[in-house]
Amino acid sequence: MALTLMPNIPDPDGFYDELLHAHDALNDQESEAFNARLILILANHIGDRAVLRAALEAAK
Amino acid sequence: MVAKRYDTAFDLYPYAKVADQDAAPVRHPVVIVGGGPVGLSLALDLGKKGTPALVLDDHEGAGLGSKAICFAKRTLDIANRLGASQPMVDKGVVWNVGRVFHGDGKLFSFDLLPEAGHRNPAFINLQQPYFEKFLVDAIRTAQEAGAPIELRGSNCVTGLTRHDDYTTLDVDTPDGPYQIEADYLIACDGARSPIRDMMGLTFDGRVFEDNFLIADVRMKAAFPTERWFWFEPPFEHSGQSALLHKQPDDIWRIDFQLGWDIDRAKELDPDRIRARVDAMLSSQTGTVPDYDLVWTSIYTFQCRRMKKFRHGRVLFAGDSAHQVSPFGARGANSGVQDSENLAWKLDLVLKGLAPDRLLDSYATEREFGADENILNASRATDFMTPKSRVSQVFRNAVLTLAKDHAFARPLVNSGRLSVPCTYDGFAHFGPDGLDGPKGSRPGATCPDAPVTDGFLLDHLGDVFMVLGLGNATLSPVQMGAVPVQTLSIKAPSPELQERYLGRHKSGVYLIRPDQHVVARWAEFDAAAIKAAIATAIDKR
Repeated sequence: MALTLMPNIPDPDGFYDELLHAHDALNDQESEAFNARLILILANHIGDRAVLRAALEAAK
Repeated sequence: MVAKRYDTAFDLYPYAKVADQDAAPVRHPVVIVGGGPVGLSLALDLGKKGTPALVLDDHEGAGLGSKAICFAKRTLDIANRLGASQPMVDKGVVWNVGRVFHGDGKLFSFDLLPEAGHRNPAFINLQQPYFEKFLVDAIRTAQEAGAPIELRGSNCVTGLTRHDDYTTLDVDTPDGPYQIEADYLIACDGARSPIRDMMGLTFDGRVFEDNFLIADVRMKAAFPTERWFWFEPPFEHSGQSALLHKQPDDIWRIDFQLGWDIDRAKELDPDRIRARVDAMLSSQTGTVPDYDLVWTSIYTFQCRRMKKFRHGRVLFAGDSAHQVSPFGARGANSGVQDSENLAWKLDLVLKGLAPDRLLDSYATEREFGADENILNASRATDFMTPKSRVSQVFRNAVLTLAKDHAFARPLVNSGRLSVPCTYDGFAHFGPDGLDGPKGSRPGATCPDAPVTDGFLLDHLGDVFMVLGLGNATLSPVQMGAVPVQTLSIKAPSPELQERYLGRHKSGVYLIRPDQHVVARWAEFDAAAIKAAIATAIDKR
């Protein structure tokens, strides 16, 4: 499976809203930690090392 | 005396003394306060149905200045039903290409590529005074054909007294004050609604701490008809975002987002504005075209709504009831949807064909619509003005990724264009007996589609319509004195098939006078249709 870089999230505005609201009560340090946990959870869900490597590249 | 609060772009309803002013308070079925897009479209809709509508406005025409400039497809479809849309579309500017910039660089451009098979474009840019003028032109035409509409300019409502089943209004005029009575009073008197204040009602919501500078410039130079939007524009003193788009008459609307702590007088200095505009216009071409500043102002905004749009015999519509940020053009557009929702219900109630409680559904439906608009406008505003460090980080990550990766582009939010809400699960709709396309489910506005002699929406609305498609065989439906018409299309166009039938060979739709789908079935069933109409008009 290749890394998907085409739109893939239904209701993108709703997702973005939810993502930001997850940070509502957090200070900057807590937000950073939250983001790190979130990345690790999503990476585990993806699982495929080639896809993860491509994502690391795309984010550079 | 009636004080002048602003200059008018067009004089549309000059003051003239009327007999009411020398009489004991005369009772009118519907008095509309405010002759803007909402009040005028409501009066036109009512009058064309034969229900008398009186509009009071404290000026004599359309106010000058920067107001609504973007009218969405739904509004044009409503104006088409009212016989007012053609001059709007002829005069308006249609654009499809937009460019999004971040700082120095261009992120991406997009082409809206509107779906084919609709009479009206997704939206037009048109200055609000023109929109009002074309509505008044249509009102004059309707009056000549006998529509009972009256527009009274320089009639300022200064007080009101509420009774159980009517409202008494104190009205000031150049010839002094008089009183009238209204069975139903509709407040279309804008975000600062004097009627709302007179009734002591609150208008709560969220204040966005930001100032926007508007500059409307006239330039003849060949400049592309595109919408340009900058996040963190690179020009000096340009603020956090900037927007450029075209209006008729060679006018370009420019917005600069200046932030909260600004010196308003300094920011309105024409030299300072010109420096900003020069930098923006030359940023892509390297040269500054000749232009004139025709209008400048600074505005702030709020997202808020009244808790209830109905207070007995007084109903609120448009900005008086709800206010949104301008991103997405949800102000005037949603207001015209309010007036369309209210017009047919008021008409049936005043003719004794539906109970007064049908008007409660105006409030519940449009309160829902306002919430959806406020949500969308707030999200756009939050994207444009991140409120915390982490939201700034995410916002800029989205912008950075959007340059190279298509997935991030739907997350870029500089305003989502106004589309009508769907009344999913509301009491006055259903059943859905077709399992048909999602876009035409009960509660939705009817999608347009080509038919042999034009477009489907030309044939829908004003009254309840039973639409039979494909193999469905229709018979006339009698619902007492409530007008019901039938329309049968045996051979639907491909677009009509796709938008209303999907894989089915036949379908029957019941459609409200405001072109919302009430219910749908696979086959014609007169008893089921009558039951659905009874539900739609709250006749238990």
